[in-house]
Amino acid sequence: MFDDLNDLYQQVIIDHSKSPRNFRRLEAATRTAQGHNPLCGDNIALYLEMDGDVIKDIGFQGSGCAISKASASLLTEAVKGRSKAEVKQMFERVHDLLTKGQTSGGDLGKLEVFAGVHKFPARVKCAMLAWHATLAALDGQDQPVSTE
Amino acid sequence: MIAETAQLKSKVSAPAWDAVRADFPALHQTVNGHPLIYFDNAATSQKPLPVIEALDRYYRQDNANVHRGIHELSNRATTGYEGARERVANFIHAAGSQEVIFTRGTTESINLVANTWGVANLKPGDRILLTEMEHHSNLVPWQLVAAKTGAKLVYLPVTGDEGLLNLRQLDAVLTPGVKLFAFTHISNTLGTVNPVAELVERARKVGAVTLVDAAQSAGHLPVDVRALGCDFLAFSGHKICGPTGTGVLWGRQELLDAMPPWQGGGDMISSVDFFESHWNTLPHKFEAGTPHIAGAIGLAAAMDYLDAVGRDRIWRHDQELGAYAYESMARLKGIRLFGPKVGRAGLVSFLLDDVHAHDVVTVADQFGVALRGGHHCNQPLMRKLGVASTARASFYFYNTRAEVDRFVEVLREIQRFFGV
Ligand SMILES: Cc1ncc(COP(=O)(O)O)c(C=O)c1O
Repeated sequence: MFDDLNDLYQQVIIDHSKSPRNFRRLEAATRTAQGHNPLCGDNIALYLEMDGDVIKDIGFQGSGCAISKASASLLTEAVKGRSKAEVKQMFERVHDLLTKGQTSGGDLGKLEVFAGVHKFPARVKCAMLAWHATLAALDGQDQPVSTE
Repeated sequence: MIAETAQLKSKVSAPAWDAVRADFPALHQTVNGHPLIYFDNAATSQKPLPVIEALDRYYRQDNANVHRGIHELSNRATTGYEGARERVANFIHAAGSQEVIFTRGTTESINLVANTWGVANLKPGDRILLTEMEHHSNLVPWQLVAAKTGAKLVYLPVTGDEGLLNLRQLDAVLTPGVKLFAFTHISNTLGTVNPVAELVERARKVGAVTLVDAAQSAGHLPVDVRALGCDFLAFSGHKICGPTGTGVLWGRQELLDAMPPWQGGGDMISSVDFFESHWNTLPHKFEAGTPHIAGAIGLAAAMDYLDAVGRDRIWRHDQELGAYAYESMARLKGIRLFGPKVGRAGLVSFLLDDVHAHDVVTVADQFGVALRGGHHCNQPLMRKLGVASTARASFYFYNTRAEVDRFVEVLREIQRFFGV
């Protein structure tokens, strides 16, 4: 019975939740977004520094469960240096991975550790939170950047 | 025929708790390979056979609309529905069944008062006193009515993790400008039991009307609206062994009589003209449209069941289990417990160091233990406690010490799993 649990909480996830990468506010952020999970009250703030269409740097802050924190942390590693279009594609594929346990079109690299989430439907939202925030930040390009 | 007096299936007079458990089919299953331990009773309770059977019987034999038909089935449905109202009146010691309004739940009951009594009586500058431990359903309706009327919200503070109302500050906030004092009987997050009668008496001295949120108390201890002295009392059927979608607003007749109706439609009128209508008498004035007839009948069966077990016994059992759980959990390392150390209701909110509430609940579920994790519809309180969420175990009379022991073992497993 622990197979499901161990699939969900892979060592990589535990590790990233305990010491999240890029866990900082970017002073040079050109876009930011807030992610909020009303189910649990968790919040994350996401900071992007864009170079044209490409994410030059990224950081996040906030509180959350192991899944949402690890997801945000691994996201920051996965999207750095990627274009907006690439990130949108990743978003779709991560969503497939989280809801179906697999995704078409090749390996998602380290993000594959989230495949176990699909057996826990209530937790899909947690893993998607940072991805939604990233899209919101990318789409909010006409909005003035608030550093607050 | 309908609304027969429910008997404990097991026909025990002094409750043999094992026999009581046997009446709840949903308790007897395995979840993720483990016997279910259902500790999410503050969210909703499980249903005993007499309630399930009352719903079944109604739909099989008696289903018809109420108050409008002349035929036999309609008579039965009306008798069942109005009989249920009598049962509720008797359950809370109301002066009469005309003071009992059926609603969809606590939330709708409070919204009804806010939108009728509130809109009719609150003026700019008036104060609405709430406490910091209110559920969103006893908070947001008042924010809405404050925005509509210009009244102002004021809060009685809670004392940190111990979660008691800070009664020393009551005088400071319960000023003559307070027109309404709305507060919960038992906190769904902290397990605090508030001194209702005392608060009501203090409110009456400044002329404030009182509303008690009895969502967490009505099915757990004897509730007597006349002894409490309040003006309104709201609760949900689904938390007290009844069907979902049922609830009660009790109000003092003088107040209900003076209040305008809320929703308009069938059943709530005595006569309708093209340009104006005359309202029906209580309680129908507040029940527009076809009500949840089966639900009310099921709720009456739930009340019969609870009284057959005995609400005083249920309360003793809840409190003993709450205290036992609190003491057992307090022996764990790396746990933060919320709510009063003594005198708590049958629930415990907690956090394990370095493990988020969601992760606790997910892993507990793999052991068959149903908990709740989140803000429990108490976001302002959570903020005050400086946490985003907590995990919560909440008990009812069918839960056992053995289940609590197993639950505490599972908490240890969770700590091991996350390496804390
Ligand atoms: C104290 C309290 N008040 C109000 C409610 C709302 O009840 P309902 O959702 O049944 O309307 C709840 C239950 O969630 C509660 O615990």
